[in-house]
Amino acid sequence: MNLTLKVWRQKNPRAAGGFETYEAKGVTPEMSFLEMLDVVNEELIAGGRDPIAFDSDCREGICGMCSLVINGIPHGGQPGTTTCELHLRHFHDGQTITVEPWRAKAFPVVRDLITNRSAFDRIIQAGGFVSVNTGGTPDGNAIPVPKTTADRAMDAAACIGCGACVAVCKNASAMLFVAAKVSHLNLLPQGKAEKDRRALNMVKQMDHEGFGNCTVTGSCEAVCPKEISLSFIAKMNRDYGVATLKGQ
Amino acid sequence: MKTIANIFASSLGKKYIMAVTGFGLFLFVIGHLAGNLQVFLGPEAINRYGAFLQSNPELLWPARIGLLLMLGLHIWSAAKVSLENRAARPEGYAAYEPVGSTYASRTMLVSGSIIFVFVVYHLLHYTAQVQYLNLTGRDFRVFVDLKDRHDIFKTLVVGFSNGWVSGFYILGMALLCLHLSHGASSMFQSLGWRNDVYRPMMENLARVVALLIFLGYSSIPAAILFGYGREVLR
Ligand code: FES
Repeated sequence: MNLTLKVWRQKNPRAAGGFETYEAKGVTPEMSFLEMLDVVNEELIAGGRDPIAFDSDCREGICGMCSLVINGIPHGGQPGTTTCELHLRHFHDGQTITVEPWRAKAFPVVRDLITNRSAFDRIIQAGGFVSVNTGGTPDGNAIPVPKTTADRAMDAAACIGCGACVAVCKNASAMLFVAAKVSHLNLLPQGKAEKDRRALNMVKQMDHEGFGNCTVTGSCEAVCPKEISLSFIAKMNRDYGVATLKGQ
Repeated sequence: MKTIANIFASSLGKKYIMAVTGFGLFLFVIGHLAGNLQVFLGPEAINRYGAFLQSNPELLWPARIGLLLMLGLHIWSAAKVSLENRAARPEGYAAYEPVGSTYASRTMLVSGSIIFVFVVYHLLHYTAQVQYLNLTGRDFRVFVDLKDRHDIFKTLVVGFSNGWVSGFYILGMALLCLHLSHGASSMFQSLGWRNDVYRPMMENLARVVALLIFLGYSSIPAAILFGYGREVLR
């Protein structure tokens, strides 16, 4: 099949960017979206031109490195799918596809389709951890965790931190990411000790990074490749509210 | 003091303010509707109700000031949040699809702004009773019933007999319906009082309540346009 791509090209964070049109010829429906870009890039390199810069790593939907807003939807709009798992069979022969980077003040474009997502790392550093004193390995069964609690914590922990929630949100809000990370640890007994501090510090860092506010549109949950529920945002709101009212 | 300052400064805190004031205003909208619907019980009921509300300024004014304060905070938080949201995405998309979101949720600022214009008009129209704004050429302030009370029934019938005014009221209520179909459930989300179990129920309930509020309020101008209460004009 043949596809026409309108791709955002931008030399560096300060340069003005713009769309360039490329033809992806002779690609197959079994290829992933990134493999198709690889094909286009090989042709560009062979022709002595700059390849399109984009992020990827595991290419199996677990690392959160791939991004891309494809025809207006982060990760291309297939439920529970990252761009690296998106196959060309979801497109039709001759289709024109617009490819853009995540757009948010907190995610500046580094080059072409690559954005700097280290704002997420700084939010994690602000509280997305459990403080432990190193020592002997603790007995795995010393702290009982009910199955339902463990499952819910796991639902939140499934977040791979790709930033699609920010990219799709009309407010460029990072609430779904932060909510997933706050909830994951706040639900578990190991994380409970630092529950209040975690909620306060991570939200504070999130605000500091310049993300927008949640207006509960639900777009984030719709595009999340790990299908994180909007209800985790409600949980974060609750945890943050309780911590605030305690006057911490 | 620091706690209060934190609430006003943080993203989540501003949403708490929006949700709490929104909840207060939501309760008012329901109470006001229940009061207004007495118009269908005839002149005696609604005029008695009006006289009762006016009879106690010591209660009336604190209630009014409280409502204005809530409205002010609701608008302040909306303005602040919207400005921050705009700043959070300086460069937009060439292609953008708002997947998974409802029309109501994306247009809260627009619906809210028009509702605000409506509220200002409504207060000048029926509370302050500014004559030239009612478009009927009549002075509502001189309408008095047989028991020497302000004749609210006649005021409503005269006021809503103008199609433009009634139309604007119905439009205002349609936007309130749109605003509440999202807001009446999302305020619980903002306060953290929602989870996967309650969420579908709350979302559906918000839509039903918003629609009932629209039908309830619009029924008054609509009924008057169709001739209800016409006899007081004679
Ligand atoms: S490359 Fe790892 S999730 Fe897509």
